[in-house]
Amino acid sequence: MDSPSVATANVEAPVQEPRNVKGGAEGEVHLAGVTRSFGAVRALEGIDLDVRAGERVAVVGPSGCGKTTLLELVCGLQQPDAGTVSSSPAVLMPQRDGLLPWLRAIDNAALAARLAGASRDEARARAHPLFAAFGLEGFERARPHELSGGMRQRVAFLRTLLSGKPVLCLDEPFGALDALTRHEMQEWLAQALAREPRTVLFVTHDVEEAARVADRVLVMSPRPGRITAELAVPPSRTPDELLSVRERALEALRSC
Amino acid sequence: MLALLLVLVLVGAWELYADLGAIDDFILPAPSQIATALWDDRSLLWSNLLVTAQEVGLGILLALVLGFLLAVALHFSGVLRRGVYPLLVASQAVPIVIIAPLLVVWFGFGIVPKLAIIALVCFFPVVVTTLDALRSVDPDQLKLMRTLDASRWQAFRWAEAPAALPAALSGAKIAVAVAVIGAVFAEYAGSSEGLGHLMLQAIPQLETARAYAAVVLLAAFAVLLFSALALAERRLVPWTHRPEGPNR
Repeated sequence: MDSPSVATANVEAPVQEPRNVKGGAEGEVHLAGVTRSFGAVRALEGIDLDVRAGERVAVVGPSGCGKTTLLELVCGLQQPDAGTVSSSPAVLMPQRDGLLPWLRAIDNAALAARLAGASRDEARARAHPLFAAFGLEGFERARPHELSGGMRQRVAFLRTLLSGKPVLCLDEPFGALDALTRHEMQEWLAQALAREPRTVLFVTHDVEEAARVADRVLVMSPRPGRITAELAVPPSRTPDELLSVRERALEALRSC
Repeated sequence: MLALLLVLVLVGAWELYADLGAIDDFILPAPSQIATALWDDRSLLWSNLLVTAQEVGLGILLALVLGFLLAVALHFSGVLRRGVYPLLVASQAVPIVIIAPLLVVWFGFGIVPKLAIIALVCFFPVVVTTLDALRSVDPDQLKLMRTLDASRWQAFRWAEAPAALPAALSGAKIAVAVAVIGAVFAEYAGSSEGLGHLMLQAIPQLETARAYAAVVLLAAFAVLLFSALALAERRLVPWTHRPEGPNR
């Protein structure tokens, strides 16, 4: 693709190779040299990222640093301007839960199955056992507006999980919740992922949340978004270790 | 309750004004005379009300279906939207009195020209409200549908159409009042029955109280139809009748 052309009048011809390659090894995500701009605004610049199957990666950064764009690239909702994105099939859990108000909780959770052609009863039967397992028993027939914020997020997460895709992209999954519910939901998410292991890429502006849920924390700079630090979270997750990850992440955020 | 009180006050004032003899009975009958006419002509009024009610009911239903379908077509096609939308606005500026006789020539004295006129005056609010709703569907929901591998049709079926349904019903509610006026105009233009036809005959016969009785029935019917649509809304789109949910 880098033809060593000698003084042609053309500005670089657009590269025609597919940049968003579905597939790759099951559950893996690879970004290489990814850049994405919106008009004059450069949202992401030179992003390199490799996520192993089953790994949980948190992306923290100030608002407007392109975190959501990063997730949408992985999910194939956007295409990069330069660089390559290759990912196993990925599903997005949008920032606000994105539950459909006209569907009952169980039908929202089972949406992927319905879209894939399952009948309502089949889809519900598949979703039902997870309702009990994830603390939503008895709320199957509730409509989203009848649920608390925490329960809505659980239903949205179940919907994401039940899509059957190996990579989950969660966009500030607990951003709208109060501190107490948030804390509960972080533990709930950790348990849910222990039960149903997936590759998880999640975005947050809360470094504490990142340290509590993720195996690895990436810190991004404000526009143009670059990865400025990468912190491994020790699997033991003792309070001291979490504190140290938190301090280092905050340090990285301050210095960028 | 408040509406009832307001009506009582207005009717009382009207009765006084008419009884004091400032205006001839043939121009403005007193409410008591209208009430008498309502009772005396009840079978005549009732049979004509049925005709007009049928026209208005079917006309609104037709407008609802056509308006919804047209809004969907406009939503899916930018070309159509740019080309047809201005024509729709223009169509609303055409006075019914001008085209009603033409429709009678084309379709005769039956129900068809009435339906055409009522649908014409009613479908515009349905199109506008539905199209706005289709275009303002939560972009997060559409992204979600895409990552769940939904086709364009599925995104419409699961996310856009349900969001547009309450808007279409709101449009129909807005259309109720003009539908009744449209029906009267349509009957003026050519008909052998209906409350509009009855009024047209009653006024030259100096039966003004009967014409007013017909108006009372039309107004009551409009209120009833509005309530029926509100009820349909409650049944068809239960998620819109709710207190604000948390975190929204």
